[in-house]
Amino acid sequence: MAKGIKILTEHINTPGIETFEVYKKSGGYAAVEKVIKKMTPEEVVEEVKKSGVRGRGGAGFPMGMKWSFLAKPEGVPRYLVCNADESEPGTFKDHFLMKSIPHLLIEGMIVSSFALGAHKSFIYVRGELMYVIRILEKAIEEAKAAGYLGKNILGSGYDLELVVQPGGGAYICGEETALLESLEGKRGNPRNKPPFPAVKGLYQSPTVVNNVESIANTPWIINNGGDAYAALGIGRSTGTKLISASGHIKNPGVYEIELGLPVEEFLYSDEFLGGIRDGHHLKAVVAGGSSVPILPANLFLKTANGEDRLMSYESLSDGGFASGTMLGSGGFIAMDETTCIVRNTWNFSRFYHHESCGQCSPCREGTGWMEKVLHRIEHGHGNMRDIDLLVDVAKKIEGNTICPLGDAAAWPVASAIRHFRDEFEWHVKYPKEATMKGAVYVKEEVLV
Amino acid sequence: MSDKIAFSEDRLAKAKEIILRYPEGKQKSALLPLLHLAQEQFGWVSAASMDYIAEMLQIEPIEVYEVATFYTMFHLEPVGKHVIEYCRTGPCCTMGGEEVYDHLKTKLKIEANQTTSNGLFTLKEVECLAACGWGPCFQIREKFYMHLTNEKVDGIIEELSK
Amino acid sequence: MDTPQLIKVTIDGQEVHVPVGTTIMEAARQIGPDVAPPAMCYYKPLKGSGGKCRACLVKVSQGSEKDPRPMPKLVASCITGAQDGMVVENFTSPEVVEARKGVVEFLLLNHPLDCPVCDQAGECHLQDFAFENGVGTTRYEEERRTFEPENLGDNIQLHMNRCVLCYRCVYTADQITDKRVHGVMYRGDHAEISTYINNVIENDFSGNVIDVCPVGALTDKTYRFKSRVWFSKPVDAHRDCDKCCGKVNLWYKGDEVIRVTARKNQWGEVEDFICNSCRFDSKKTADWVIEGPTKVKRASVISANKYPKNEIKKPAFALDYAAHNFKKINDDRPYYKNLKEVKGSEDYKALMEQNAEFFPKETSKK
Repeated sequence: MAKGIKILTEHINTPGIETFEVYKKSGGYAAVEKVIKKMTPEEVVEEVKKSGVRGRGGAGFPMGMKWSFLAKPEGVPRYLVCNADESEPGTFKDHFLMKSIPHLLIEGMIVSSFALGAHKSFIYVRGELMYVIRILEKAIEEAKAAGYLGKNILGSGYDLELVVQPGGGAYICGEETALLESLEGKRGNPRNKPPFPAVKGLYQSPTVVNNVESIANTPWIINNGGDAYAALGIGRSTGTKLISASGHIKNPGVYEIELGLPVEEFLYSDEFLGGIRDGHHLKAVVAGGSSVPILPANLFLKTANGEDRLMSYESLSDGGFASGTMLGSGGFIAMDETTCIVRNTWNFSRFYHHESCGQCSPCREGTGWMEKVLHRIEHGHGNMRDIDLLVDVAKKIEGNTICPLGDAAAWPVASAIRHFRDEFEWHVKYPKEATMKGAVYVKEEVLV
Repeated sequence: MSDKIAFSEDRLAKAKEIILRYPEGKQKSALLPLLHLAQEQFGWVSAASMDYIAEMLQIEPIEVYEVATFYTMFHLEPVGKHVIEYCRTGPCCTMGGEEVYDHLKTKLKIEANQTTSNGLFTLKEVECLAACGWGPCFQIREKFYMHLTNEKVDGIIEELSK
Repeated sequence: MDTPQLIKVTIDGQEVHVPVGTTIMEAARQIGPDVAPPAMCYYKPLKGSGGKCRACLVKVSQGSEKDPRPMPKLVASCITGAQDGMVVENFTSPEVVEARKGVVEFLLLNHPLDCPVCDQAGECHLQDFAFENGVGTTRYEEERRTFEPENLGDNIQLHMNRCVLCYRCVYTADQITDKRVHGVMYRGDHAEISTYINNVIENDFSGNVIDVCPVGALTDKTYRFKSRVWFSKPVDAHRDCDKCCGKVNLWYKGDEVIRVTARKNQWGEVEDFICNSCRFDSKKTADWVIEGPTKVKRASVISANKYPKNEIKKPAFALDYAAHNFKKINDDRPYYKNLKEVKGSEDYKALMEQNAEFFPKETSKK
């Protein structure tokens, strides 16, 4: 394994990398030259397929396969939409990537649009990141001036226009069909599927929606070949992944890791997170953004059969929801023993209640219900039966909604109760102690 | 009808440029960017400005109301000069966000969704701003204020009060 | 080929052949009401409706003949296309029954349950849905969500607290009327039907939002608190109307037409929408040509007390079966108007005598 390889962040610390000039000097836009001058769209799709790169937005669906589903009826435009509506609590990698090295995304957009035969592509950025939108728009201007965008790119006859679209403050627009609705100037209500965007997406035309990080991987794949990318990582988790790290760790920030890195190394080595802040112990980890199941520290570092857990799609989900979690979007939140799991679950639950679009009943009503019950437990007004009630409500939401937000709201609650039930019971049994400022229930054996 | 409202000259030019970004007949896509533009100019999004946008995009006003109320970034009522949008989501809280938030509220002597008596600050609670590793954080217009501490908050408020 | 290709679908053990492109819901409806999933938001005449309420979730235990794998999750039958050889479990699947209980609970969570004062009571889809698929109690202890009342004009009454956000009225305004002035504002559990600027919903076909509303969120203001549906009697009637089909139901209370609605089919759906002049301005019998009594489902509360004994026809085979298997009861007891009369009757005396031991002495003395 070529240790420490950086695909996305190799040049991120180069001064002036946000400008076209410096980016070009660091080898930027070589992939555009290569695809436009030497490759056919089919060959580009083939390379991405070979790379095995999986969607980095959270679902982990193979990107090349998603591309190959795109319908190609005669005379109908096709669209590529980049999902930069990063709003999953714990995730800030796309924010970091776009503000630091905007041209990487632009280059990826050109390569991907070429592969899909799109002539107008969109980057949907969450509205809160208006300053990032301005950075991207400037980068697009520069690329256009240099002939890499616009009409007749590099004299090839291929035209491409990039539009940066701001969102308006809605987590749900990270769901691809809600994003398309929003991009059409509507409420961000997810659509019923089928039809899938690959057949009827933006403006009812075939559309591919990809995450920022996924698209940013394509220039490297083109320059070095899909096989080279597939050689990185472990098993079906190929390549590298950006991990957004936050919480009680020494070095919060965004890290690019090769998939397959042992969790322990990632957590404790100085190259990465540097371990838990001094004098504290790890209590729980949310490994892939707030929606994935929370795991107690002891279950997180080792899999159920005692093997070292790795940072990969497969290893993190080892053991199913009983003892595993998911890589998700790579939003890594570490919590030490000062964290109250009930309070944290209530906080996440409030988030999903706030962000539910309100279209389908289990999510609209269920998220609010869970938040209210958790609020009661956290504030010392809970009942023992409330705990089972939460589990049951979560179960009735999960899988029964139009889009995955229902699952995302149900999993954190169900998993917190699964692994930290005694903490919920403690809140119910000792409301006075539990509501004292700074009081936290800790069970020694889960700490690491 | 309420008072006639209109974009300033440069914003009008910008609006026209935005509308042209989309394929023909799909000008409704410009709705969110135009709402942002209106909020930038007027500080908030009034029914009158929504009607103005509807007219510009040749859509029914109700289509604008539906959208503007769906997205939380749009202020549907007048706000103070600086709108502090404070992140209250888990990761920021883990990094001490709740304590700083309490401090901010005491400092401004207001609760969420209120405006200070001098009209300078409006406080809003928002969900995750995608700056988790740099939290606690809040946002004022386009600017992010990160790694907040009580002292830093004092400094920012004093600076903006000048 | 002119004949459409038919596919075979099995729902709750019953087979049906439907054209390609039919949804599971429509296939089930072809079999009949016993297997048709309930629907709170799906409305066949309105394009784009469905998928939201999750009342019609079903289990697909075999995807198709070609790919027999079951679908991993329950699917909304109103928007899921049937495949050749598909096997669907509806009321026969415990998983579906359980999920539906959940949907009932969710829909009732913030519902005010003000049926006693709600004009929709008796013809409310939420009542039916909850009665048929829900449980009798709630586990919800929190405060219910409420909304500020909004006035939509002289004809339509909005009770947002009762709304289940099916979006039918929004589709109706989009597809049936020429201008939509109301819509869904805000989001999540605070989403509400509103005009945002206190507008009035007023155009030729706006009244249809009342008929499509599955609950009492949108009701007829001109009928408000005038009666209960089971006290009124529906008849089919029509008139020549230059705007609409003119085919309606008149709802009588005594000789007075207290309400005019469009006709609904077996699934509670309006196929021919009517205009506001038919609905709100034509409330005299003289305005209409009466066709006859509207067919009402026996299970419906609307049918209560509507059919005198001599109008109920008993089929011959049933009478025959009864004559052979049951003893004939003499049911010629007189009908008494008040308690005094009742107490004086022979029936009552005989009954009291038989059961004397159950009554205190002084009562039986009287």
